[in-house]
Amino acid sequence: MTAVVSACGTSGPGESNAGALKIWALEDPVLNKIENKSIDSFKAGGGNASLETFGNDPYKQRLRVAIGSPQAPDLFFNWGGGNLKEYVDAGKVADLTQVLEENKAAKDAFIPSVLNGAKLGDKYYGVPMRGMQPVLLFFNKKVFTEAGAQPPTTWDELLAVVDTFKAKGITPIALAGTQAWTELMWAEYVLDRVAGPEVFKNIRDKGPEGWKDPAVVESMTKLKDLIDRGAFGSNFASVGYDAGGASTILAQGKAAMHLMGSWEYTNQLDQSPDFVKNGDLGWIAFPSIPGGKGDAGNLVGNVSNFYSATQDSKSLDAAKKFVTTELHKDSYIEALVEAGDVPPVVGAEEKLKKSPNPEYASFIYELVLDSKNFQLSWDQDLPADDATFMLTQLQEFFLGKVSPQQFVDAVAAR
Amino acid sequence: MSSQRPSAWYAVPAFAFFALFAALPMLLVIYLSFTAWDGLGTPALNGGENWSRLLEDSEARASVWRTLVLMVVSWLVQTPIALLIGVWAAGKQRSRAVLSSIFFLPLLLSTAAIALLWQALLEPNFGAFVGGPLFLGDPDIALYTVVLVISWQFIPFHTLLYQGAARAVPASLYEAATIDGASRVSKFRHITLPQLRYTVVTSSVLMLVGSLTTFDTVLILTNGGPGTATRILPLHMYITGFSGFEMGYASTIAVVLVVLGTALSLAVMRWSGFRQMSSQQEGS
Repeated sequence: MTAVVSACGTSGPGESNAGALKIWALEDPVLNKIENKSIDSFKAGGGNASLETFGNDPYKQRLRVAIGSPQAPDLFFNWGGGNLKEYVDAGKVADLTQVLEENKAAKDAFIPSVLNGAKLGDKYYGVPMRGMQPVLLFFNKKVFTEAGAQPPTTWDELLAVVDTFKAKGITPIALAGTQAWTELMWAEYVLDRVAGPEVFKNIRDKGPEGWKDPAVVESMTKLKDLIDRGAFGSNFASVGYDAGGASTILAQGKAAMHLMGSWEYTNQLDQSPDFVKNGDLGWIAFPSIPGGKGDAGNLVGNVSNFYSATQDSKSLDAAKKFVTTELHKDSYIEALVEAGDVPPVVGAEEKLKKSPNPEYASFIYELVLDSKNFQLSWDQDLPADDATFMLTQLQEFFLGKVSPQQFVDAVAAR
Repeated sequence: MSSQRPSAWYAVPAFAFFALFAALPMLLVIYLSFTAWDGLGTPALNGGENWSRLLEDSEARASVWRTLVLMVVSWLVQTPIALLIGVWAAGKQRSRAVLSSIFFLPLLLSTAAIALLWQALLEPNFGAFVGGPLFLGDPDIALYTVVLVISWQFIPFHTLLYQGAARAVPASLYEAATIDGASRVSKFRHITLPQLRYTVVTSSVLMLVGSLTTFDTVLILTNGGPGTATRILPLHMYITGFSGFEMGYASTIAVVLVVLGTALSLAVMRWSGFRQMSSQQEGS
């Protein structure tokens, strides 16, 4: 203990009782090891910290309950965006702007659009700590070759291949519809391609009224056409992503495409290794929509995950030191790359060539660097109550129980 | 009536326990139902806003309806099956003991295991019924699928109740009936069933109140889906509270649940004459 205090030159004399930095993150068998290594490195530099991990939903609940209490962590994992904004608005999150300005090396290490994922107003409230996870259109190359089809680059081509696969008795697009966030990926991309990112930014910044933009009905109508065409088959409402349903039918060739976050690659590698190793797993960016205002390079997904510091933390200085020293260290970045993650740092091209899946990692990296806009998933970017309501309406929409106009009316009336 | 009742002081531990773990939290929830609270910071009183919102919340209304459907259908499914198996299992042959113990297996599994098991069995691409009905994917039948899973889980428990009760029916009643030449069916109708009357009440109260608060099975099995087809009231409360973080409004729904549960137990007691319960055996 004394060693910690004496070595920790930045902390003031009143800090003598500051214990180990309490860090909370989401459970992940591979990444938690790397996160623990960053803690070891922090300890080697004279700091002290410990990591506690939680499953997804329990984490969100636990954090909510703990944050104002003495049990609050000093650093906590989050997704940035509106999800973080609720905590910022409640005065629970420390402003990291100044410490990032003082440590230019840390600030400049990250891709600006990703660092902005935790920027609210003109202040930074988080530092990226895991890879970037844009949503991609995955496809089964073998199934496409056998059908003599090309991966779709435009909406019309997508509709055409949907018809092709339907005629062959193959589910055109795998969809794990028991979980609304899988359906949300479709709504996000179609709206972005039809109208650009501003429509959703309006909804987020100015409230539910923003849903009334005519572009929303237009894009939901396009999506409805796709659903009614049978693009997702008939049983998607009972397919689960966590249970592996959607990924497995893609790997087995029972489905041709699957829109999913970049983690799908490691997921497939884990569950259907031969499918990936044989080179049958293909991936492309979401098709463009001709006539739409949105740039075809725009992305949606998880920009990254962030560590944010709690305002009331007794070890705030240590927390600030941690996020400005450990998260862009070469050893940390290289470990992430090695685990198959694509870290959100500039100039990672060379490192990514040494990645276990260099082609895939470089694809994602270039995609993010080239994108004009990287929209955080709507359910993370909206306040929790609005997001929960929207997801429910979206599930009803995919079931055909709610029309595009009824969807808009419902979410706009919140 | 005997006047030698134990001193009221004996009830103090029980009352203290009840006050601390039942009454106090309930009062807190009633307080929270008049506040807006997103789980961060302190709850702010907002008058009757949550309550007027509840009246307009069509999703809440629909989830009350689903809860009632779940309750009634699972009573209708479970009671006759549990009754018949229970009475049958009360017999003494060896095969019955073996079959009964196999039959009790679901009771030994945890709810989470049961929900995951059925979820896997009913998976539309890899489950046991590929190409069959979309048990959990069709909004029109998902709720009934949930009833079946819950019944599968709890029928063994109610069977146990009926088995115990059926064994307690005096053999002399059956012997007399046999002398009078009664058939098996009429023995069941005129002896077994009336003798099991209070067991039916007990089992029904447990079933009805249990269905009202059913939660874990549905959460894991369907999470209220597809869409909102199986979003029963407790789940609606959970999603509102722990996904939407509208703790105030979720507390309002919780109060409704408490009121419904209490009213239900009282109603069943009253209609069934449970309060006048006394032994039906001669001489007592």
